[in-house]
Amino acid sequence: MSWLDIGALNDIPQRGARVVKTVHGCVAVFRTGDDQVFATDDRCPHKGGPLSEGIVHGHAVTCPLHNWVFSLETGMAQGADEGAVTTYPARVEGGRILLDAKRLIRGAAA
Amino acid sequence: MKRKLVIIGAGMASGRVLEHLLAGDPDGWDVTLFNAEPRGNYNRIMLSPVLSGEKTYHDIVTHDDDFYAQHKINCRFGEAVVRIDRENKVVYSNEGGAPYDKLLIATGSAPFIIPVPGHDLPGVITYRDMDDTQAMIDASDKPGAKAVVIGGGLLGLEAAAGLKARGMEVAVIHLMGHLMERQLDPAAGYLLQKDLEARGITVHCKGATKAVLGTDRVEAVLLDDGTVYDADQVCMAVGIRPEVRIATDAGLEIGRGITVNDQMVTSDPDILAVGECVEHNAQLFGLVAPLYDQAKVVAATLLNKDAGFQPVQTATKLKVTGVDLFSAGDFADADGREDIVFRDPARGVYKRLVIEDNRLIGAVMYGETGDGSWFFGLIKDGTDISEMRDTLIFGPAYQGGGQTDPLAAVAALPLDAEICGCNGICKGTIVSAIEGGAASLADIKAQTKASASCGTCTGLVEQVLASTLGDAFKMPAAQPMCGCTELTHEDVRRLIKARELKSMPAVMQELGWKTSCGCHVCRPALNFYLLADWPEDYTDDAQSRFVNERNHANIQKDGTYSVVPRMWGGMTNPRELRAVADAADKYDIPAVKVTGGQRIDLLGVKKEHLPHIWADLNAAGLVSGHAYSKGLRTVKTCVGTDFCRFGTQDSTGLGIKLEKRLWGSWTPHKVKLAVSGCPRNCAEATCKDVGIVCVDSGFEIGVGGAAGMDLKEVERLAKVATEQEAIDLTVAFVQLYREHAKHLDRPYKWLAKVGLEWVQAQIVEDLDNRAALIQRFDLSQTIYQRDPWADRATPQASADFAPLADLTKEAAE
Ligand code: SRM
Ligand SMILES: Cc1cc2nc3c(=O)[nH]c(=O)nc-3n(C[C@H](O)[C@H](O)[C@H](O)COP(=O)(O)OP(=O)(O)OC[C@H]3O[C@@H](n4cnc5c(N)ncnc54)[C@H](O)[C@@H]3O)c2cc1C
Ligand code: SF4
Ligand code: FES
Repeated sequence: MSWLDIGALNDIPQRGARVVKTVHGCVAVFRTGDDQVFATDDRCPHKGGPLSEGIVHGHAVTCPLHNWVFSLETGMAQGADEGAVTTYPARVEGGRILLDAKRLIRGAAA
Repeated sequence: MKRKLVIIGAGMASGRVLEHLLAGDPDGWDVTLFNAEPRGNYNRIMLSPVLSGEKTYHDIVTHDDDFYAQHKINCRFGEAVVRIDRENKVVYSNEGGAPYDKLLIATGSAPFIIPVPGHDLPGVITYRDMDDTQAMIDASDKPGAKAVVIGGGLLGLEAAAGLKARGMEVAVIHLMGHLMERQLDPAAGYLLQKDLEARGITVHCKGATKAVLGTDRVEAVLLDDGTVYDADQVCMAVGIRPEVRIATDAGLEIGRGITVNDQMVTSDPDILAVGECVEHNAQLFGLVAPLYDQAKVVAATLLNKDAGFQPVQTATKLKVTGVDLFSAGDFADADGREDIVFRDPARGVYKRLVIEDNRLIGAVMYGETGDGSWFFGLIKDGTDISEMRDTLIFGPAYQGGGQTDPLAAVAALPLDAEICGCNGICKGTIVSAIEGGAASLADIKAQTKASASCGTCTGLVEQVLASTLGDAFKMPAAQPMCGCTELTHEDVRRLIKARELKSMPAVMQELGWKTSCGCHVCRPALNFYLLADWPEDYTDDAQSRFVNERNHANIQKDGTYSVVPRMWGGMTNPRELRAVADAADKYDIPAVKVTGGQRIDLLGVKKEHLPHIWADLNAAGLVSGHAYSKGLRTVKTCVGTDFCRFGTQDSTGLGIKLEKRLWGSWTPHKVKLAVSGCPRNCAEATCKDVGIVCVDSGFEIGVGGAAGMDLKEVERLAKVATEQEAIDLTVAFVQLYREHAKHLDRPYKWLAKVGLEWVQAQIVEDLDNRAALIQRFDLSQTIYQRDPWADRATPQASADFAPLADLTKEAAE
């Protein structure tokens, strides 16, 4: 994997998210209460809600539009709802957030 | 012939190496030991008891002069090694060289210094060695001396407790939301903070240090939020990084630490490394247990025996006398992991076990840690715990019995805790009534008046019944707030007040939350309850707010936002209209609409444009209309006496006064007002949360109207003669609603529960109470009546609203 530094962990509030623009649309980067980071598409599979604006709890996020809840680890919708959002490898190192460049950058091998 | 071993660093790791090496081959090596510190090896982890005065330096020395003499070790203490000449196999200090056959680097770590202005003033130190400890002890000699510790991790807190024990006034500044966030979850962090505060240590979480102040010496510490703490001594304990400088200069392979293989050999076959300065399989080490394992391997490698280093799990304890905490393994939330949480709020006990695939993988404990090592054993061994899962949390001594009490939160209340706020009834009064024969809610209501008024304490009264009567009382099923708790909204509100819970971790711990950080249902509700009840103490948590309130705009179906500036009482002027028009042009607004609330909506604004459009509108005097908030929305008015031939009073003027008084306040659900100038009611005041209809003889005030999903006509609260009374009653009504209603109940729903008569008794008849409510409302407004747009017209806010990164222009390499 080729890891891409996209910013400092502290640029995202705890239990919050920011977006990263990519050629394939926005990717939501979440920071959980225990300082882990996760990345998913910023489009809810239900009706396209911006997941980055949802409330983050545990390792899950609640979509701001109609309250579907998604696991940040697997992208799977929780509870009675069905669907999944694409997730991307993400990690923190030395206070910096790293995303896997593959899939995010134009021309990189899919 | 003896071979030459040179060791750089006489610390805990190399000390162990020496012991193993000398035990395995007492005469094989000619050892030279360099140490930057002017002394030999001592037990560094016991510096905290030395600082606090429980031990002396003498007590913690592990290798004394006799030991070094007996083993003929050539000690070069006080000599820092400055260079390694790998080609000729010689290391150099400023006082001369020493040749080696094998070299062991054991330089430990160097503490981080945050490079803020003033970091180099005398009086600013780190906490790493005996000299630092002595400096702190010396500083504490001055009577009334104050210390600031930057960093609320293990080291910082041990320093703080030690300094406090020496009589200093101590403040701990911690960047994160809770103490020791790497070892503890928020619940345990909260208990720890409470314990430290009880000892008189000030704890400031979410505090970013901006500068150390002082002219010749440190005098104070300034934080980003403007807080200043006076300080005679500042201790920075914000972290460590491997001490690799000489290894880097020597061209050894370095990651974050000196890279070693399983045999602890660096990229140079004749150089080994051990301790905190190494990196093994991308991992660093900061506790002694793994270093001791490494030391064994180093000795074996030097003795040409087979051995390999394999890191094992480590557990953490804080060495502060009287503080009991334990943490081991991985306690992050994750899919497929289950939590077992045990809380005993009365004793301040919190235990959390994290289970994955029927194995214990993490444990956090506070207040009672006796079972820590047993749990740690289960983690290390990967024991299958499915058989004992149900009773696991009670520890190894558990032999049946001992159920957790679901009513613990109520049972733990002291007798003088207020249960019924309306009638001022304490738990003791209810318990006496029960002991006197009362056996049902109706009995309690009749005998004590508890829950006979607004009824929000019904659930609590029932729980007092249940905990006092045991099985003799059958609890009616109540609707819990959410999956995180069994308590209802009303119970939680009442307990927040009765037990003076002033933060979210406090609520979750003391009321036994079942999840570690709540969910999207309870967090926004708790955030409101806390800010409404403790405006001065609680800090609003943006991450617990729904997107609209976090971003101060209404999110649209396509992810853009709408922007609605306030138009006081529906009035506007050409300047404001021009500013709205200009903004619509400048930001390419797709739709501009007049709302049903007598103002203008700019729809389809991109998130990153929000701070800019707000700044532009602000410049024309327009502020946020809070069209998105659970708070005051609009005050609709009609033209009133100024223009209308039927107008009886200045309805527009009153509307504007009300809006100016109430704007910015947060409420359980949204609140809308209207003032009509006569009973023709052109402002539709009879279907608002508060609607005032002006008549010749005064003002008719109605409350509890709505025209949304339910159509409700207002109920008549009172008729008053003066405008001032109309304003007072409105403010008091809104505050009563803020203090009592359930989150997301509009006033009409709340009114249906408490009854109009009760509300009238509180604010129409009881003038003292009316005044007190108004006073509390105004106090809250001193904190919350701020234009969120103006607050966010900063470069920082613009950056926060923009994407974190834009990769659309990056190309693959
Ligand atoms: C913009 C506006 C419609 C318009 O174009 O006129 C509007 C738009 C929305 N209304 Fe409304 N309401 C608007 C006036 C009203 C009115 C009329 C009034 O205030 O006189 C009502 C009926 C009166 C009442 O509230 O009792 C009204 C009853 C609702 C309700 C139902 C409330 C209820 O208790 O039943 C909701 C849902 C809710 O709040 O939970 C709602 C919710 C909404 C939301 C916020 C839906 C949402 O959560 O996203 C809409 C936001 C659209 C957007 O993106 O901006 N809107 N809404 C009006 C803004 C008024 C303003 O200037 O602030
Ligand atoms: C106050 C405090 C409390 C602690 N509490 C605990 C605890 O409760 N539990 C736990 O497991 N761990 C604890 N630790 C951590 C533990 O002390 C360290 O993990 C351990 O000391 C690291 O051992 P080391 O040999 O790698 O480094 P050190 O013990 O730091 O030894 C390194 C030595 O090398 C010397 N040195 C550095 N560079 C040079 C050079 N160029 N030339 C010559 N000499 C050099 C240094 O002066 C130092 O004496 C604590 C640490 C501190 C400071
Ligand atoms: S009536 Fe419904 S669709 Fe129309 S603005 Fe209100 S909430 Fe949206
Ligand atoms: S768009 Fe996310 S839940 Fe509907």
